[in-house]
Amino acid sequence: MVDVTREFQDIERAEPEDVELYHPHSWITKYVFSQDAKVIAIQYSVTAMAIGMVALVLSWLMRLQLGFPGYFTFIDPATYYQFITMHGMIMVIYLLTALFLGGFGNYLIPLMLGARDMVFPYLNMLSYWIYLLAVLVLVASFFTPGGPTGAGWTLYPPQVILSGTPGQESGVFLMLVSLVLFIVGFTMGGLNYVVTVLQARTRGMTLMRMPLTIWGIFTATVLALLAFPALFVACIMLLLDRALGTSFFMPTLVEMGQTLSYGGGSPILFQHLFWFFGHPEVYIVALPAFGIVSDLISTHARKNIFGYRMMVWAIVAIGGLSFIVWAHHMYVSGMHPMFGFFFATTTLIIAVPTAIKVYNWVLTLWRGDIHLTVPMLFAIGFIITFLNGGLTGLFLGNVVVDVPLSDTMFVVAHFHMVMGVAPILVIFGAIYHWYPKITGRMLDEAMGQIHFWVTFLGAYAIFFPMHYLGLMGVPRRYHELGEMAFVPPSAEELNAFITVVALIVGFAQLVFLFNLVWSLFRGREAGGNPWRATTLEWQTPTTPPPHGNWGKELPVVYRWAYDYSVPGAAEDFVPQNQPAPAGAAE
Amino acid sequence: MSQDRRWLLGGLAVVFGFVGLFLASRAGHGIFYWIGLIVFLAAVGTIFGFVRAAFDEAEGKAQTPQHLVPLTMLAVAVGSVVFHFLSPWWWSPIASNWGYIDQTIIITFWITGVAFTAIVVFLAYCLYRFGHQAGRRAAYEPESRRLEFWLTMGTAAGVVAMLAPGLIVWSQFVTVPEEAAEIEIVGQQWQWSFRYPGEDGRLGRSDTRLVSNDNPLGLDPNDPNGADDVVVQNVDLRLPVDRPLKVLLRSLDVLHDFYVPEFRAKMDMIPGTVTYFWVEPTRTGTFDILCAELCGVGHAYMRGRVEVMEESQYQAWLQQQPTFAALANGYARVTSRSPDGGEASARSSVR
Repeated sequence: MVDVTREFQDIERAEPEDVELYHPHSWITKYVFSQDAKVIAIQYSVTAMAIGMVALVLSWLMRLQLGFPGYFTFIDPATYYQFITMHGMIMVIYLLTALFLGGFGNYLIPLMLGARDMVFPYLNMLSYWIYLLAVLVLVASFFTPGGPTGAGWTLYPPQVILSGTPGQESGVFLMLVSLVLFIVGFTMGGLNYVVTVLQARTRGMTLMRMPLTIWGIFTATVLALLAFPALFVACIMLLLDRALGTSFFMPTLVEMGQTLSYGGGSPILFQHLFWFFGHPEVYIVALPAFGIVSDLISTHARKNIFGYRMMVWAIVAIGGLSFIVWAHHMYVSGMHPMFGFFFATTTLIIAVPTAIKVYNWVLTLWRGDIHLTVPMLFAIGFIITFLNGGLTGLFLGNVVVDVPLSDTMFVVAHFHMVMGVAPILVIFGAIYHWYPKITGRMLDEAMGQIHFWVTFLGAYAIFFPMHYLGLMGVPRRYHELGEMAFVPPSAEELNAFITVVALIVGFAQLVFLFNLVWSLFRGREAGGNPWRATTLEWQTPTTPPPHGNWGKELPVVYRWAYDYSVPGAAEDFVPQNQPAPAGAAE
Repeated sequence: MSQDRRWLLGGLAVVFGFVGLFLASRAGHGIFYWIGLIVFLAAVGTIFGFVRAAFDEAEGKAQTPQHLVPLTMLAVAVGSVVFHFLSPWWWSPIASNWGYIDQTIIITFWITGVAFTAIVVFLAYCLYRFGHQAGRRAAYEPESRRLEFWLTMGTAAGVVAMLAPGLIVWSQFVTVPEEAAEIEIVGQQWQWSFRYPGEDGRLGRSDTRLVSNDNPLGLDPNDPNGADDVVVQNVDLRLPVDRPLKVLLRSLDVLHDFYVPEFRAKMDMIPGTVTYFWVEPTRTGTFDILCAELCGVGHAYMRGRVEVMEESQYQAWLQQQPTFAALANGYARVTSRSPDGGEASARSSVR
């Protein structure tokens, strides 16, 4: 078995051809219709964060209603459902997926692999503009008759296209069109990421020398290419049901006393299609976070990631297994009970590689040299919140335990903790970590500390108690509790508490946004490698990296990505493109 | 730290302090007081930290290793455990035979609770013990096959320990006892209707296409089994205690879900199919029925009540209800709402 620590030899392989890049000559082709992955990455990131702010404000409105029901008369049930639907869809798809794959993927993949750019730069550019169009179509639904759809982000038929649900006039149509556009754009982008990782690695960069960030994004992209088609067809079929009166998902039904002209369709078919996409989707969000956090911990603890090979294996195993667990979202859907046995088993099996990753992150800290920088703090925050969220997943994955808990606030608390809080903490940590590479300046440390503590402690205080509301039986997607005999008045107090904390955490994000802009002009000059990291993106000849990334010559890689604190080395890190000393035996 | 940054951060801490004071002043609602107090204290602590850091810098003192961070992470773990045991928010007292589900939840809490606490405590210890100190380097250990093997085995054991009881109880959940009596629950936007089999113990056939003003649940008038069925709408569901029931679920329009927290069991109803679950109510009482699958704007209003009563009381009540056949002409519902449906949302009138 190859010893990962001893691969200092120059690997003999054909020289990859240095590509002739498209060189832009006008301001428009440099900064607007750019084919440079770095510019596209920033475009994706800014768009995703902007629409994410919209979803954040929607969450404040939702919490205002839940915390102080009846106080804000402009929020009625219909509006509330529109808020939750748009909040959920934007956050999952338009923010998290777009930011991790389109934002971090575009910026980091070429740089970390020693490539000059993505392999299909024109397609890459197109993918962003289609994504932007998808966002605009989605936002348009706020302004069209009837407003946006209020069917829940899961868009279950039959209610999604019926008159009892907001958005029947135009909102649901725009939502579905927007999703279709998004998927088209992300297929284009996805092809780029996958093919670049497979074909454009620089000399010496074997797959097992890639940083885990790349493994995470790469695997997530493969998942996306395989899973999004299921959502695509579901959206098309639902569009046809809505626009042409077909009955893919619509059974015979009587709506408010009127028998509609639908018949013969299967609502549960939509659920299968949606969740066949939907479960891999959460891993499309989680796997890049896993990869990135491994690199953050490793760099800031000056220690190689513990068990790199197992970490790679775990990422791939989680990715593969994620395709056979989907019906754990459907335990009480009325599907055949036998499925419950199968999916509970696969779901709890997927806990094993996930747990291994958690152990390895913590074991990386063991006997490390831990610098409590802001990225490290966010990485630690991720471990704790992801651990919490992942463990509550074991409740929900165990089919019979899910029976009382499904569709309660327990589920809401679980998925926010594991998909909302944890990956968002990684995104913040990643931005603090890579901002110096993108801009040449450091983000302000003290503002970062405030941002971290308020966000981490606040988000934990929001979602941890929420589990107990669900345990009590409080359902999700209720705009108010109303009269529930089994719910004590203290639950209303808890809702108010959660709301106030949520507003505080929300406002703390403004500190972060301010920091992003302020540091562009007043941030401390960073130099090329302020964190003294080993991975290739920190070894560019100039910072920020120019078009083409590497100057005249591509780097050559001699070692894996984690040579931190190597015994006997002069520095506590050895960059990947640093050759072994002549005649080295160690 | 630079001058203007010091002002900026000090200003920010002062803003938080004022936010805290403002919140605390809204003491009409007790929650505000406590949150306001915490925010204010946090702001004070932050300002204190900055002042001390400023003095340390001025005096040229080296930065001491931070113990605040590991302590806080430890506090998160300990606080979570304490919260769990002190929490007034817990499941409602069970009223059915599905105590096995509760037991499985307890097992899961123990296993996940121990895992969470152990890992976070270990994490906090690492932060405490291995913080950066000048002159000390990290260890270099790429992997340890043995350790990873045992951790994997341990995790697998934990998973099995939760999955095994879970699947055993699930197999009980999906195996309806022979002697279970059937009862049907029909959901529609946004009300509950119930149908009991009559003397013959069999529910008649039904079809959504037969739904009309006179036949709101779409029963087949040609099916003799349905002639003695009892249909009730917009009143309490009444059930006998200590008898296993197979609850058949139907929907006339969209997905709904019949959920009584005290019963634990629930299942979606899908228009176009009949789903089911089984349950045996084990204590008398009145409980809330909630819809647990988003069904449109009236979802939160789709409520009902179920009253579990002694067998004799239940039978007495059932005898008094009109059967489907008796109401073949001009169906009169046991309700005060107009027959043609009226407004879309239906606030349950029973309290």
